[in-house]
Amino acid sequence: METLIINVLLVMMAVTVAVLARVRNLFSVIVLASVYSFLMATVLVALDAVDVAMTEAAVGAGISTVLLLGALSLCKGEEAKPLHRPWLPLALAVTCAGLLTYGAMGLPPFSDPQAPIHTHVAPTYLKEAVVKTSVPNVVTAVLASYRSFDTLGETIVVFTAGAGVVALLRRRRRPQRQEERS
Amino acid sequence: MKHDLVLRVVAKLFLPFILLFALYVQFHGDFGPGGGFQAGVMAAAAVMFYALIYGLPEARRVVPERIVEAMMALGVLLYLAVGIAGLVLGGNFLDYFVLAQDSVQGQHRGILWVEAGVAITVSGVMLKIFYMFTDRGQADE
Amino acid sequence: MNVLSHFGYVVVIFLMIAGLFIVIARGNLIKKLIGLGIFQTSVYLLYVKPGKLLGGTAPIVSEAFSVYSNPLPHVLILTAIVVGVATLALGLALVVRIRESYGSIEEDDILEQDHAAGDTSLSHS
Repeated sequence: METLIINVLLVMMAVTVAVLARVRNLFSVIVLASVYSFLMATVLVALDAVDVAMTEAAVGAGISTVLLLGALSLCKGEEAKPLHRPWLPLALAVTCAGLLTYGAMGLPPFSDPQAPIHTHVAPTYLKEAVVKTSVPNVVTAVLASYRSFDTLGETIVVFTAGAGVVALLRRRRRPQRQEERS
Repeated sequence: MKHDLVLRVVAKLFLPFILLFALYVQFHGDFGPGGGFQAGVMAAAAVMFYALIYGLPEARRVVPERIVEAMMALGVLLYLAVGIAGLVLGGNFLDYFVLAQDSVQGQHRGILWVEAGVAITVSGVMLKIFYMFTDRGQADE
Repeated sequence: MNVLSHFGYVVVIFLMIAGLFIVIARGNLIKKLIGLGIFQTSVYLLYVKPGKLLGGTAPIVSEAFSVYSNPLPHVLILTAIVVGVATLALGLALVVRIRESYGSIEEDDILEQDHAAGDTSLSHS
């Protein structure tokens, strides 16, 4: 039953992306991207990844959509025009898909307890995280304590993105348009 | 949108609950799903909601630009301060065991402050980016 | 059955290739950024899906459960999601500046304007 729900949601995501590639109105594209993010968050809940689902719903479906709509309002909603027929990119994409699928057949099947992912560090984390940190949520314990350097780097990346956007979009006292036209 | 009565009243009713939920997710991240990132994004979303209904100058009056810019940097500095506190108290960088008498209590403290730093930075950055995008559009008219 | 046990990988590869196709075959800059986001999201799925164990629960330790899904991919993907939105924000800021400089966000128009502006400094050299 769980597998059925997950597979149905995955098919819905694939359909959404296939429609998104064809639609030309940019507002519809952004709304479809938001729908895709929400479906992704639902699949993540079905896969028992509750922390990731909350972050994807808040960041992917929330903040990304707000930023895209803000940028669209600044770019005045032009639509994508059809280019020359994309035969070469399509052929390239299909070739890559074929090669990747051939490689993916060698990966472990879905929900296999003997898969290598479950044998190295993860059982140690599950057993010891509560004992050493008394924090029941193992994801928070690993994120903030065992892998604290990664989280420090990520916080600095977020800060850098904010500083970059400020540097790009800051207004000077004089209007920008006249400077760029000259 | 500030002329629409229903939107104004509903916004004023919702905002404290959104902020309360953000704080709940932040501090309850130890026992359930949650943590710094989600809480920071939700707090920023509450202020964005206010800015959408009441207008950007009103939102800027409530949460000024200087505070938002300060929040961006303060979160990272708080994280680094926890790391350096580990160094000063005799352990390694970002070592939580030395932060309290009992090593488990030290881990608790370290995780609490680190998640707070992350939430402050994330909410500051998301809000600042929103302000920048909206401000660029306003001044073009 | 072989197909059903690897169905997740097939869908992940489809999403990845669709995102890649949008990036290389569409000319609108905002659509390219959305395609990049779809590519990133498919990679999240690729990481989280093998960690799931049927009959288990979320990795929050309590006495009532004994089988948990793997917490390590969750941690890595949390970081990846936030870095993804940071990339999107910077990309969109660049798109806004390009729009103000060139007047268009279509790749073809921008390249035409670059070539027409003379081969002195702007075109690839």
